[in-house]
Amino acid sequence: MSSAANVIPAVRFENVSRHFDQVRAVDNVSIEIRVGEFFSMLGPSGSGKTTCLRLIAGFEQPTSGKIYLHGTEVGNLPPYERDVNTVFQDYALFPHMTVADNVGYALMIKKVSAPERTRRINEALELVRLPQMANRKPSQLSGGQRQRIALARALVNRPRVLLLDEPLGALDLKLRQEMQIELKEIQKRVGITFVFVTHDQEEALTMSDRIAVFNAGKIEQVGSPAEIYEHPATAFVAGFVGASNLIRDELAQKLTGTASTFSIRPEKIRMMEPGATVPNGWAWVYGTVREVVYLGMFTRFIVTLENGGELTVVRQNLDETSMDVMSNQGRRVQLMWQRAFDRVVDAK
Amino acid sequence: MFTPTRRARPFTARAPFGLKLLVGLVLLFLYCPFGIILLYSFTTEETAFTFPPPGLTADWYRVALFDRPDIYPPLLLSIQVALVATFIALILGSLIAFAISRTRFFGREAITFLVILPIALPGIITGISLRSAFGLFGIDFSFWTIVIGHATFCIVVVYNNVVARLRRTAKSQTEASADLGANSLQTLRYILLPVIGTALLAGGMLAFALSFDEVIVTTFTAGQQNTLPIWIYSQLSRPRQRPVTNVVAVFVIAITFIPIFLAQRLTQDTND
Repeated sequence: MSSAANVIPAVRFENVSRHFDQVRAVDNVSIEIRVGEFFSMLGPSGSGKTTCLRLIAGFEQPTSGKIYLHGTEVGNLPPYERDVNTVFQDYALFPHMTVADNVGYALMIKKVSAPERTRRINEALELVRLPQMANRKPSQLSGGQRQRIALARALVNRPRVLLLDEPLGALDLKLRQEMQIELKEIQKRVGITFVFVTHDQEEALTMSDRIAVFNAGKIEQVGSPAEIYEHPATAFVAGFVGASNLIRDELAQKLTGTASTFSIRPEKIRMMEPGATVPNGWAWVYGTVREVVYLGMFTRFIVTLENGGELTVVRQNLDETSMDVMSNQGRRVQLMWQRAFDRVVDAK
Repeated sequence: MFTPTRRARPFTARAPFGLKLLVGLVLLFLYCPFGIILLYSFTTEETAFTFPPPGLTADWYRVALFDRPDIYPPLLLSIQVALVATFIALILGSLIAFAISRTRFFGREAITFLVILPIALPGIITGISLRSAFGLFGIDFSFWTIVIGHATFCIVVVYNNVVARLRRTAKSQTEASADLGANSLQTLRYILLPVIGTALLAGGMLAFALSFDEVIVTTFTAGQQNTLPIWIYSQLSRPRQRPVTNVVAVFVIAITFIPIFLAQRLTQDTND
């Protein structure tokens, strides 16, 4: 059984709860994070994702339930006895130390010999492409550089699991997108399990092998980015990951014949002239364009339906100018989509 | 609300003349007495002070140094009391600061208030309460009763400095240290002490200065011993060699000013 070691998850939560007074920050969560995967915890603020990360790191203790790291229960181990390292949201660099001393802190604590320490500090700085910064103080670095140093400091020890708490949140968009790709590359190169907390669904979709979507202390769904996007399990997931139309009750009954709530992505809906022929397996509905939002690469239309309710439709601006798309305002249209793309979701 | 004319005035605008004059007068009022003390430590008159001084001499400094052995016991006592009170304040003040800023517990607000209170409380209240407490428990007045009296307000300045520094230090730094393998003692040594180091130094210097020139609490807790400020006070009724008292006062001013000046520099420099 050569694969036995791989079957033991890097992180396992067994019915873990963490309550702060009356607030159930984490409410009976069970997850398994596989060895070597890039695992994202995605959710709005206050959904419990950061508390989960802090439970793994050991900054919080579970109120109930068990936490395992590589098969060993760690429930009450202090942070310094866990083989995980953290990249903090505010980077938490030590202001009185140089970059090299920051990066080498874990090695200094472990009493690694000076030459070996220097070698590994340089290696870590190479990894984040900042080898020339060793003698600076954190206050002399830009936000993006601090972020990389925090990453180098957390990786220098080669932990088995790296925890990242919204590490890109403070960076501007361009830098954030660069770092997303770079983080993913570094993760592949070092082969460490990454647990990444974010509230940015695009970030989670870009980098993750799997995503857990958090809401109100619970996990709504765990799956690959494609699964989460294409097969949202609940109304919350459909709405939080990408934009989605939710159709409930009577309207659902009229459109599909059953009253189950379903979601349909705006980009899956076609907007046609009224009277267009409807192929087999398509749903359709008439409406009037209430609002046109021109977004450069694509346009968002909000259509008031004749059966009541409204749908958001997104269309790429392939052949139309902004003048063309704006002229759709107030027009009567026929909306249609393949039934294969709509998803019955848990309504809640 | 937004008023364009006010906003238009640059931030570095010069203060109006009236305001400058007022500031000057206030500073003069505050510091004039020091100047007078300094001036009359050089006067040639021995018994009465007339203005202007009839002549100037540095001889009183020689007298204070060599011909007045009665100065030295109070000076030594003051230095010892200030050092020990400061040492106690450094330990207790920073421990309280850690507890208050790093943990949440029942009665936290009340303790914060009680720690700060002695500096606002009139010295006479602190003095009387300590005196009756010592009497109640049958404790004889000694070096240590003075130290305890001084420590009550020395703790406050150390606490205030350390708590302010800890407030500016992100909690994530101690978490990062633990995360990187450091136990609590290592985190204290490598992260917390360096971060609060200058705050401790500044708090300690202020505490020393406060203790060194304290009069009121000391009169209630000292018994027969004289600290330097009390010695100065007792000299006011003596008719001879009056400028010597001024020489000692100049010394007290110097030894108080220097730590306060340094403490202020220290707390400024560490702002990022």
